[in-house]
Amino acid sequence: MKQLSLFAILVIALLIIAALGGAFYKVEEWQQVIITQFGRPVGDPVTTPGLKVKTPFVQTANFFEKRFLEWDGDPNQVTTKDKRFIWVDTYARWRISDPLLFFQRLTNERGAQSRLDDILNGETRTVIAKHDLIELVRSTNREFVSSTGATDLEEQENIVFGRSVLQTEVLETAKKRIAEADLGIELLDFQFKRINYVEQVRTDVYARMISERQRIAEEYRSEGAGEAARIIGSKDRDLKEITSEAYRKAQEIKGKADAEAADIYAAAYNRDPDFYRFLKTMEVYTRTMDKDTILLLSTDGEFLRYMERDR
Amino acid sequence: MDNQGPRTIDIGDFRPGKPPTKVILTGALLLIGALVLFSAIFTVQPEEVGIVLRFGKFIRTADPGLNFKLPAPMERVLKVPVQRQLKEEYGFQTVEAGVKTRYSDRNFDGESLMLTGDLNVVVVEWIAQYRVSDPYKYLFKVRNVTKTFRDMNEAVMRAVVGDRSVDEVITVGRLEIEDQVKVELQELCNQYETGIQVEQIVLRSVDPPDKVKPSFNEVNQAEQERERAINEARGEYNKVIPKARGEADQVIEQAEGYAIDRVNRARGDAALFDDVYAAYRRAPEVTRRRIFLETMETIYPAMQRKILLDNGLQGVLPLLQLDGAGVKP
Repeated sequence: MKQLSLFAILVIALLIIAALGGAFYKVEEWQQVIITQFGRPVGDPVTTPGLKVKTPFVQTANFFEKRFLEWDGDPNQVTTKDKRFIWVDTYARWRISDPLLFFQRLTNERGAQSRLDDILNGETRTVIAKHDLIELVRSTNREFVSSTGATDLEEQENIVFGRSVLQTEVLETAKKRIAEADLGIELLDFQFKRINYVEQVRTDVYARMISERQRIAEEYRSEGAGEAARIIGSKDRDLKEITSEAYRKAQEIKGKADAEAADIYAAAYNRDPDFYRFLKTMEVYTRTMDKDTILLLSTDGEFLRYMERDR
Repeated sequence: MDNQGPRTIDIGDFRPGKPPTKVILTGALLLIGALVLFSAIFTVQPEEVGIVLRFGKFIRTADPGLNFKLPAPMERVLKVPVQRQLKEEYGFQTVEAGVKTRYSDRNFDGESLMLTGDLNVVVVEWIAQYRVSDPYKYLFKVRNVTKTFRDMNEAVMRAVVGDRSVDEVITVGRLEIEDQVKVELQELCNQYETGIQVEQIVLRSVDPPDKVKPSFNEVNQAEQERERAINEARGEYNKVIPKARGEADQVIEQAEGYAIDRVNRARGDAALFDDVYAAYRRAPEVTRRRIFLETMETIYPAMQRKILLDNGLQGVLPLLQLDGAGVKP
């Protein structure tokens, strides 16, 4: 019994000494570990999380990230092929794919960041200098949609490569260089985060935008005046057309009626022109003679014929 | 309550005695026990999920409510608010949300200035609303997820805006931009294994830069002017043309009236003639004479001066004093 408790105490003491000497270490879910013995790496990298054991006192655990890490490029002033001065801000995602190599070549993340700076900033500059600004801004040759449909802005510039091709170009070259240098890291993605004109250029661009807007405004105004004139013109035309058309129709109607009336008269009167002349003359007499008319009647006439005979 | 006066304290009562080792030991053990027990209990809020790590290794997830785990050094809990909608703001910053939300007036130009497809500049402010859909990935796949998410947002928004003209971005393209950014951002989120579900992209404002704004307003104004000029001209047209149409119809109707009148009269005259002629045919001589006499009957009484001339007389006409009145045959 006493021996047993002595043994237990011994075991506990040993455990405490071991723990103090660093026999146990904890690997988090997002960590990977390289064990070094007096600075020299020993064994395979530990990539699984949990409670791990190493030789106390002589071995050290070096922790590395397993997750994807950020790389944020410095905003860089670059010149494009078409001589535009712009600021480019980029970012990339990378991870430590081989902690042993990483540990040997770069020691820590700071070392990696500075290597990435060299590679990515350089590649960004090279790729941008090879292309026009438009290639950096646009991704596709998608047609712009106009809000009015009326304004035809200057010809839409078309691209040959586009933003994503340029990004891929930077990414692929950087990947190759990283692989060649055996840095134990892997690039996942590279993106242009921000692209902006440098300050002086921006003023010029604003001036251009203003003049472009003014041009559009003028175009609208002139369109309005033109359309108004067109409407007034068509008003005048329509007016003339309507009145003249009405006149023409009225004349036609009247003419037809006159002709019809003439036909009717002719049809009736032609049956006996002589009798018609007589009747019409009688009618005209009644209409043309009034109290001021002096009548000279000869006894030769039809009316007084009987007077003569009676005498 | 009876003893209201100052109480006297006998310092002698607090005389230090021999420390009771057993009591202290028990107390310490109890305290440790309590601490251990305390660290073995944890609550997960309704909108959260708990991720339990044993010596750093992911063991299980814990649902909302009261949960137990192994005490402190062995197991650890990370809580991720999976149900809560999170948001990131770009180009502006809410200082204090409320009825009258205050925004920071810091300059966010770097974030919000971007180039459009026609190489103009716009200021875009937007909000990304998202949820953590996979807490494991969210915690263990990407370091500094929020920063990553922000970078992705900026890159995607610029790519989408870069494919549109300034005019389109400011006016008709907004919904489309929101949708496309959401889709592309989600693709990128999946590619990076962020465990993030993009819920919505909201464009807060899309404006031309301040210096250019007045000229954009001028365009709007010019557009209004154009509409006004056109409307005024249309008004003028509408004032004149319908009236002219009515007047034209009037002229035509009047002509129709004339035509009807003319034809009817002709028919009437013809009918009259027909009737008279029919009678005349039955007795030509008599009728003719009758008509003649009847006419004379109506004419003669009206005339005041009547002169009868015998056909034997010659040259009387000069003798007549005609006082200017017309002589009709």
